[in-house]
Amino acid sequence: MGFEDQQHPHTDGRAPVVVIPTPYEADRPRPAASLDRQVVFDLDKLEVFYGKFRAVRNVTMQIFRNEITAFIGPSGCGKTTVLRCFNRMHDVTPGARVAGGLRYHKADLYGDKVSATEVRRRIGMVFQKPNPFPKSIYENVAFGPRSKGVRNKSELDAIVERSLRSAALWDEVKDRLKTSALGLSGGQQQRLCIARTIAVGPEVVLMDEPCSALDPVATAHIEELMRDLKNRYTIVIVTHNMQQAGRVSDRTAFFTTEVDSQFSLRTGTLVEYDLTTNIFSHPQDERTERYITGRFG
Amino acid sequence: MTAGTLDEPIIPGADLRATRSWRSIKSAIMTGLMTAAVVVVALPLVAVVGAVFSRGSRVALHGFPAFFVAEVPLIARKPGPGMGPAILGTLLATGAATLISVPLGVMGSVYLHEYGGRNVFSRVVRFMANVMTGVPSVVMGLFIYVLWTLHFGYSAFGGGLALACLMLPVVIGASEQMLRLVPDHLREAGYAVGASKSRTILTIVLPAAIPGIVSGALLAVARAAGETAPLLFAVGSASAYNPNLFKEANTALSLQIFGNATSSFVPAQDRAWGAALTLVLLTFVLTFVARLVTARFARRR
Repeated sequence: MGFEDQQHPHTDGRAPVVVIPTPYEADRPRPAASLDRQVVFDLDKLEVFYGKFRAVRNVTMQIFRNEITAFIGPSGCGKTTVLRCFNRMHDVTPGARVAGGLRYHKADLYGDKVSATEVRRRIGMVFQKPNPFPKSIYENVAFGPRSKGVRNKSELDAIVERSLRSAALWDEVKDRLKTSALGLSGGQQQRLCIARTIAVGPEVVLMDEPCSALDPVATAHIEELMRDLKNRYTIVIVTHNMQQAGRVSDRTAFFTTEVDSQFSLRTGTLVEYDLTTNIFSHPQDERTERYITGRFG
Repeated sequence: MTAGTLDEPIIPGADLRATRSWRSIKSAIMTGLMTAAVVVVALPLVAVVGAVFSRGSRVALHGFPAFFVAEVPLIARKPGPGMGPAILGTLLATGAATLISVPLGVMGSVYLHEYGGRNVFSRVVRFMANVMTGVPSVVMGLFIYVLWTLHFGYSAFGGGLALACLMLPVVIGASEQMLRLVPDHLREAGYAVGASKSRTILTIVLPAAIPGIVSGALLAVARAAGETAPLLFAVGSASAYNPNLFKEANTALSLQIFGNATSSFVPAQDRAWGAALTLVLLTFVLTFVARLVTARFARRR
């Protein structure tokens, strides 16, 4: 398929602001209108504080099932901070506090009786730097299911194989499952981390700049994997790479930093959230436009 | 000689021989000084080990393995082996001390680093542990003498308690240092797949830190094995084998060195050298075995 075949369905007469080549766009189903999509996360004026400092304010959005949602924006705009709310990763950061509404399938994620461990079994996370445990490949993948109480050897074997296959890593490592995960290349380690995450059987996979430490080939691998995983999981990805957001995501949220000159505080906030094609072809907000065309501040 | 400047850049393929500059002379002087420093530091060490081996081996290896097996002679002025009971006593006291202080110390450091963090309680404990490393060992001996020996009498266990007091702060300090070296992203990875905090610590953080913790514990054991002062009050003195950890006076290599070396009889002084060699060898063997075990651990992962 060549790029010249592509139609940009949202140009309707007006010239698009930028054209990001998205070779897979024609293959994938159009995200349906938000009304008939199942809402996974419902954010209502979400705010995050580190101590007294308000890092993020006024984030209201809905994240839909079996879609890839990308968070883009300049450094320090709060993308990662918002992402880490979703699986309560802020619980382990001293001084961090989340305010406002954050619902996961209508349940309050920060409710009184909600266990962070239970939340994280449903909402997994892949980090910026590949961080396999200093254990064997097998033990890395089996760790999550073991924490859940799976003890049966054959059951664990099956989960490990299934997860590694889903992460497109099985063929490369099936003969060396008992060797250290630290001997894998960076791209393989990141796919191992994805396998480790989906081994627990989550519904949502959060990815915090999963490709920023990887070369273009490994990045392409991971992106292909994400498109594949979308059928079974809901994916939220933070990325600094706008082309990546354009290539893989269904919806894109643009965050930016608002500077309070009086106190010189920088607070992140959500500027615009829409279908990825809309964001990249004709964004509504001037700040979004300046960012995606590279004319940002 | 070529020197690249802005006006006259270095030509490719020109003279590549090193230029003698003030910088290279300075480098040579500093390298010389550091080599000299290493020699100065190593000399006393080599001298001590050499003296112990040359004077100790004559006694210790005479009629091998008599010296390591036979009981301590009751009449000090007569020549003859051995140090058997002292080896056993040292193993008992040091072993008890290790069993007490290492689990406590590691658990304490886990609390301090993983749970307590910067709260007031853990700051106080950390400070006290630091202070305790500087307390003279004789004070520990006295402490156990008052607390334990006066009530229960002499025993190897009393010595073990005193040594444990000595080892505890060292183990806490070393383990906490090692836990600090475990990167936070490993903990986050554990949490991210739904493992509880305790499980993350037990199955990820501690295994990652174990080689370092073992090194720290070994250092403490090696130091404790050679301590004399804490044992003086708590162990008493014996010349026969006493395999009972909790009852009756015992002896230890360090005590035998002290007792025999301060004797006026030459055969006794010779035995002190033999005991010193035995202690050095014992520490060496213990360290070597523990290193082997940790290496196996590390390879498994």
